[in-house]
Amino acid sequence: MIVEFTINGEQVSAHVSHPGSLLDLLRDDLGLSGSKDACEQGECGSCSVILDGELVCSCLVMAADVAGSSLTTVEGVGSGDALHPVQEAMQRAGAVQCGFCTPGIVVAAVDLFGRNPSPTPLDIREALAGNICRCTGYGAILRALELVASESGT
Amino acid sequence: MDEALAGISEGVTPLAGGTDLMVEVNFGQISPERVMGLRRLGELKEWQGHRIGSGVTWRRIEREGPPGLAEAARTIGSPQIRNVGTIGGNLGTASPAGDGHPFLAAVDASVELASATGTRTVPWSEFFVDVKRTARRSDELITAVNLPERLPGRQAFGKIGVRNAMVIATVCAVVTRSEDGRVTVALGSVAPTPIRASGAEAMISSTTRPTDADLAEFQRLVSEEVRPITDHRSTEEYRRHGAGILARRLLERCLR
Repeated sequence: MIVEFTINGEQVSAHVSHPGSLLDLLRDDLGLSGSKDACEQGECGSCSVILDGELVCSCLVMAADVAGSSLTTVEGVGSGDALHPVQEAMQRAGAVQCGFCTPGIVVAAVDLFGRNPSPTPLDIREALAGNICRCTGYGAILRALELVASESGT
Repeated sequence: MDEALAGISEGVTPLAGGTDLMVEVNFGQISPERVMGLRRLGELKEWQGHRIGSGVTWRRIEREGPPGLAEAARTIGSPQIRNVGTIGGNLGTASPAGDGHPFLAAVDASVELASATGTRTVPWSEFFVDVKRTARRSDELITAVNLPERLPGRQAFGKIGVRNAMVIATVCAVVTRSEDGRVTVALGSVAPTPIRASGAEAMISSTTRPTDADLAEFQRLVSEEVRPITDHRSTEEYRRHGAGILARRLLERCLR
């Protein structure tokens, strides 16, 4: 079936091979490989996207179910060539090791700051509870996001 | 809604939040021919008083639910999971470890099931049949959860697991206490279905001001009444021990 939806502000129409996931559609059919394919069971958060304003794991969304929806992936969080403040802070704080979890963490953090511009350290931890970093680089990730929170608070 | 009920009577697979179904699809365990997405079916998202539509997400319950259910919601999965996972999907899957179930058992909730031929309401104790088996017929859709008109004044949820987020319970439990002193105790992950520890309930409900000895006896009775198994997450012995302690701590919270 043909599914039409908006992705990063652009209208797309895609052929969906039922019953695959939105993650497969993004990576294999639309060439958007920023969302990572790791656990395929909603445990790791590396495929996180924002679907109709809600943070979700794209591996748990059936591709056919996004018809008419609006989607933001990691490719769409910045504006043009400019990085999102979350991406900049993560770069500055060295919050990237192997990089596999990074896109999911960026999207989860962008979702958090979209809802709450000055989250507490606890808010940040709770918002990232669904994102696993197998390098265990959480310290630098939390420091980066606390930096964003302190800068947006002033 | 009529379309959804017609669909399910024809064997179309209902898809709620996808947090269980899509895992099976991703791992090649199932490949449903026809699927209907319930995500945007407005009727299932209605929440009026004590009737919670099956399509209400855990995210919303976390914010708007009665305390015992909201506390449970906060421990379900992660933000990503709670944004899509629904109370109806949780019931449909009927995992023995379902975090949403002990509250429903503790307050004697019922489950509303609808088919093209009519609607029926099934008490929680008849809805859960066995591990991942419920009283739902294949032509029925879970449409709502009905809570009683009056909920106990004190409600507490607790869960034992290896971390705070994204964890399947080793033991989960809800204890409630009404103003008249009546206590209910429901536990998950310690039997094929959620269960009530009725012996412990009767014993503690008959004491007006529980002493330390009463609390110890309550804990012992809960441990005795659960029917856990040993699996990859824990042992029977640990679950039995943990169930008693957890229930006692939740009761102490209700007594404060």
